[in-house]
Amino acid sequence: MSARTAPLPLASVERPVPQAVEAFHVDSPGRRAWRRLVRRRGAMAGLAIIVLVVLVAVLAPWIAPYDPAQQSWTAVRKPPSAAYWLGTDEVGRDLLSRIILGARASLSAGLISVAIAIGVGVPFGLLAGYVGGLTDGLISRITDAMLACPFLILAIALAAFLGPSLGNAMIAIGVTATPLFVRLTRGQVLSVKSEDYVEAARAVGNPHWRIAFRHILPNVLPALLVQATLTIATAIIAEASLSFLGLGQQPPAPSWGSMLNSAQRFLINAPWMAVWPGLAIFLTVLSFNLLGDGLRDALDPRSK
Amino acid sequence: MLSLIGRRLVQLLPTLFFVSVLIFSLQKLLPGDPALVMVGEEKDPEVIEEIRRQYRLDQPFPIQYLYWMKGVFTGDLGESMRLKVPVLDLVAQKLPVTLQLAVMAMTIALLIGVTAGVLSAVKKDTWVDYAVNMVALWGISTPNFWLGIMLIFLVSVQLGWLPASGYVSPFEDWRHSLATTIMPAFVLGNAIAGVIMRHTRSAMLQALQSDYVRTARAKGLDERVVVWKHAMRNALTPVITLGALEFGTLLSGAVLTEQIFTIPGFGKLIVDAVFNRDYAVVQGVVLVTATTYIVLNLLADLGYILVNPRLRA
Repeated sequence: MSARTAPLPLASVERPVPQAVEAFHVDSPGRRAWRRLVRRRGAMAGLAIIVLVVLVAVLAPWIAPYDPAQQSWTAVRKPPSAAYWLGTDEVGRDLLSRIILGARASLSAGLISVAIAIGVGVPFGLLAGYVGGLTDGLISRITDAMLACPFLILAIALAAFLGPSLGNAMIAIGVTATPLFVRLTRGQVLSVKSEDYVEAARAVGNPHWRIAFRHILPNVLPALLVQATLTIATAIIAEASLSFLGLGQQPPAPSWGSMLNSAQRFLINAPWMAVWPGLAIFLTVLSFNLLGDGLRDALDPRSK
Repeated sequence: MLSLIGRRLVQLLPTLFFVSVLIFSLQKLLPGDPALVMVGEEKDPEVIEEIRRQYRLDQPFPIQYLYWMKGVFTGDLGESMRLKVPVLDLVAQKLPVTLQLAVMAMTIALLIGVTAGVLSAVKKDTWVDYAVNMVALWGISTPNFWLGIMLIFLVSVQLGWLPASGYVSPFEDWRHSLATTIMPAFVLGNAIAGVIMRHTRSAMLQALQSDYVRTARAKGLDERVVVWKHAMRNALTPVITLGALEFGTLLSGAVLTEQIFTIPGFGKLIVDAVFNRDYAVVQGVVLVTATTYIVLNLLADLGYILVNPRLRA
């Protein structure tokens, strides 16, 4: 018999329990996900920029150096300088102040339209996934029909029929994004509704609404959070697109999309008018995409 | 296979029905009486009544819908109020322009996306991988109308290499046509290239870890043959399917890109219709777009089944 097959000495079982095992405690899934998220530099950079943009939007009236609507015929299309850090537009308005105030339109459009999409989409997704049968068939076919219309084209059509305004643009984007959340919630519900804990909740006599909202919904939340973050990025671009076309924020109120629209006409003489609003949209959208990607990795149970 | 195609077609019908109901219902969102919107400045009650009768606005909603659908099935999508031309003629006139743009954009997106995705997977966790990922994220996060404006400034205004706007049909002068469409096609393809790159990367990573790739390597095959022939051939199937699914993104993107580069395509048609309150055109464009998208989805689905025998059962 070789030495490798010799039995191990039994003395090791009498060793004291290691410190690490004594200190062992169960961490909540949320805390574990947060720790994994913090380790992702891209997601943290995204989160930092989002916090900054939110602060800029909230404090806009106090930090904007000029009145964003104030025109000045002596400062028409001035390039960036000490007086106007990002330059001025075709009627002498300060671009920095307009970009600061424009953050409000973009962020609120992103957040409110996604809130509409979640508010409508999640209950319908829950209903379709939980009830099944004819209800599921009907909701799923309507969802398919809405998803068959390209996102921006449907948003433009809705905004056109509702009338041009920032509020209507938000509704149009929200309604257009709703099927994404219906489909996601339905899929998630179908995968968890046959789990043992749901069966147990049903066996002890919980009403259906309680099972759906208290036992199923919390398990759908991580996927919803990722989708919501990524959809905010899409919604911000959609709002900028609608405003660019004149279907969103109406002048003279500032919005990054409408600023790009007027910048297009002065590209030869004042290219800076196009650079800054586009950069603002890009950075904000990039941040939400970075955070969304990071959240997806951090909330994936298979990731370390 | 034929019965499978038949089944898929039958499954498609309810979706198409709901798409048509959705699009027809859009006009119900119009504030006020649609007849008043149609007549504009005209306030003569007889004219308004005539419009109501002509467009069957005096009929209940389901009847209006049935008449509209009857028109759709007979190729009558209504008439443009502004141009006094059948909507179908307008669509037939503008669709080839957007299709040319879409095909060029998809070619650019596949070339960039697949090459970068394969490179990124082969060089996983190296600076090449990180750089490609950053470029993909840049593509996904850049609003294409901004990219278009910036490219016009750089390539057309500063360098004078390409025309800033306009369109020439390839049947008239293909060189000039290429010059007018290459920049908008790049702008359109840019965002999709990012998505394709990400999918190619993950499909390739999966393929590179599979048994048949290990066998190919064990046989002593050249690494280039292993990557480009054995792994990529399998990894590309879902990517091609994704290409078809991204067609919707292309059409959405075309709306703004055509606006910026003044290209008389589908996107420009819907925007002009929106601003002229030409609602029949808006409905017609959305209907044709959605139907094209559904049919492409079906073709992608069938193509996927065709190349993957395990799904045929």
